[in-house]
Amino acid sequence: MTTPDSIIQVRNFTAAYGNVKVIDDISFDVYRGEVFVILGGSGCGKSTMLKHMIGLYEPAGGSIVIEGDDIVTAEGEARRAILRRFGVMYQLGALFGSMTLLQNVRLPLEEYTNIPEEAMNLVALTKLDLVGLKDFAGHMPAEISGGMQKRAAIARAMALDPKILFLDEPSAGLDPITSAELDTLIKRLARTLQITFVIVTHDLPSIYSIADRVIMLDKRVRKIVAVGRPADLRDNSEDPWVRQFFNREAEAAQAS
Amino acid sequence: MVISGALDVATTASIWPQATKFFSETDAKAVEVDADGISYLDGFGAGLLLDIQRRAIPRGIRLTVSGLKPDFQAMLEPFKPEGYATLPSTSKPDAPLVDSVGAAIKALIADLGAFAEFTGEISRALVYAAFHPRTIRWKDVYRTAVVAGADALPVIMLVGFLIGFVMAFQSAIPMRQFGADIFVPTLVGIAMLRELGPIMTAVGLAGRSGAAFAAEIGTMKVNEEVSALVTLGLQPVRFLIVPRIIAAVAMTPFLIVFANVAGLLGGLIVFMSLGYPAGMYFDQLEQSISLNDLLGGLIKGFAFGFVVAAVGCMRGLQTSTGASAVGRSTTSAVVTSIVLVAIGDGIFAIVYYYLGF
Repeated sequence: MTTPDSIIQVRNFTAAYGNVKVIDDISFDVYRGEVFVILGGSGCGKSTMLKHMIGLYEPAGGSIVIEGDDIVTAEGEARRAILRRFGVMYQLGALFGSMTLLQNVRLPLEEYTNIPEEAMNLVALTKLDLVGLKDFAGHMPAEISGGMQKRAAIARAMALDPKILFLDEPSAGLDPITSAELDTLIKRLARTLQITFVIVTHDLPSIYSIADRVIMLDKRVRKIVAVGRPADLRDNSEDPWVRQFFNREAEAAQAS
Repeated sequence: MVISGALDVATTASIWPQATKFFSETDAKAVEVDADGISYLDGFGAGLLLDIQRRAIPRGIRLTVSGLKPDFQAMLEPFKPEGYATLPSTSKPDAPLVDSVGAAIKALIADLGAFAEFTGEISRALVYAAFHPRTIRWKDVYRTAVVAGADALPVIMLVGFLIGFVMAFQSAIPMRQFGADIFVPTLVGIAMLRELGPIMTAVGLAGRSGAAFAAEIGTMKVNEEVSALVTLGLQPVRFLIVPRIIAAVAMTPFLIVFANVAGLLGGLIVFMSLGYPAGMYFDQLEQSISLNDLLGGLIKGFAFGFVVAAVGCMRGLQTSTGASAVGRSTTSAVVTSIVLVAIGDGIFAIVYYYLGF
């Protein structure tokens, strides 16, 4: 791709809790079809960034344009239209505990489409099939493991065929093998369905395995300190702190 | 000063007061601590030596520690005595009374504001639902109605029965002295229908369903399920709250009727035990209570049902993060709704009085 096609544009974005600024005037693009990772140390505001991008919080300043429309200023139907363009997987899955997996995936279909009852079940089942949970359609979320819950949450996020998927810490609370399986799934979905992924994580192995491009936030300057391919940043970054992060070194090791 | 032996949690406890006393009383300009005899040192021993060092600084005592074994020296290394000049207090200082009263009033006003705003939001959603009944999740309404209504029947009826029974019993004794025990049915009937039936049902509803609403929605909030609803474009108010409010408001009057019947039954049993025939009880009731008494109670019931359900849902949505937050929301849902029901009952009493109801 010579000129990458930008699908999300974040411009002059500032986030604050009360008077405390967490992110200060940053801008970046997410390109169509890439796996884009927002990373940074604990408390740097990467989850905050994600929650603003999906419209849960209102930023202190700036705009977040998703496929041409600013989610910050949109209201009512226009906002619903933007919400339909993406799906979200929350850190703990956030499946609705009183519904089976199939009902969870079906819910967005019930609310947004007029296809026949049975067709809804079929479409929902195909989404579960995509994440390898077809045989668990009738289970309740509490009856399956944490990794499966996250996969089911991805299936629900994909229910309306969004172009963009936001994932909040997909590897949190998972063992390395389950986490790697999830990475494989993400890569497969990105490749076969041309879904753009925006992922918040600080899990290095999974960043190397899935990320096309990363931005790195730093809580000390509250800005983006690095943009690029993870392997490039590891080997060639000018910033010693960025190199440290990608090589998984402690701060003290640098000082001595 | 000589410190020797094994310094661990047990031994430091006995010599710590001595050491600190020494440093607060001594006039010496220089103290040498002979640590040669220390045979064992752990975190407590290191803490003791650190305490000695930091106490020496403000008094201008030049302190030298000699003979400390290198292994033990290494344990002291990470700590700088200068950084321990003042220790953080573990107990919060009590805020002045004026401050805490002010803070409480401010919180109360903010809470009332939030409730008013929330009521507006719910009303808008309910009006929308009234014009678009197909958008209501009837399955959830039905399920909530079963849990909040039908399942609550036994306990509501039991309490209603006992209240009617006890009220009749307690009033019969003094009334009999004046030969007025014939009016027991009147007392039970009016008190039950106008006040106790609705109030007791509302309190029962707050304890059973208001708490359940707060806990369910609070847990969903903590698990980010509420956020998931928002990003799916589904408003939590329409999705979670409207069904619960419809169910609670619809069920409360039925529960009140059952509580009333049970209460009157309790009164009847006492009345018959006083030696009167059952027919007389019903005659008395017919003469003294009117349909208005019943309707007045039921209208209150609608309002109480709304308040209890709305407060439960609001507290659920207000849940912050963390496991203890759900517990706090639940408690607060019950307390707030009982207080509001009591206030509401007072308002109804005044309004009914002026309406001559």
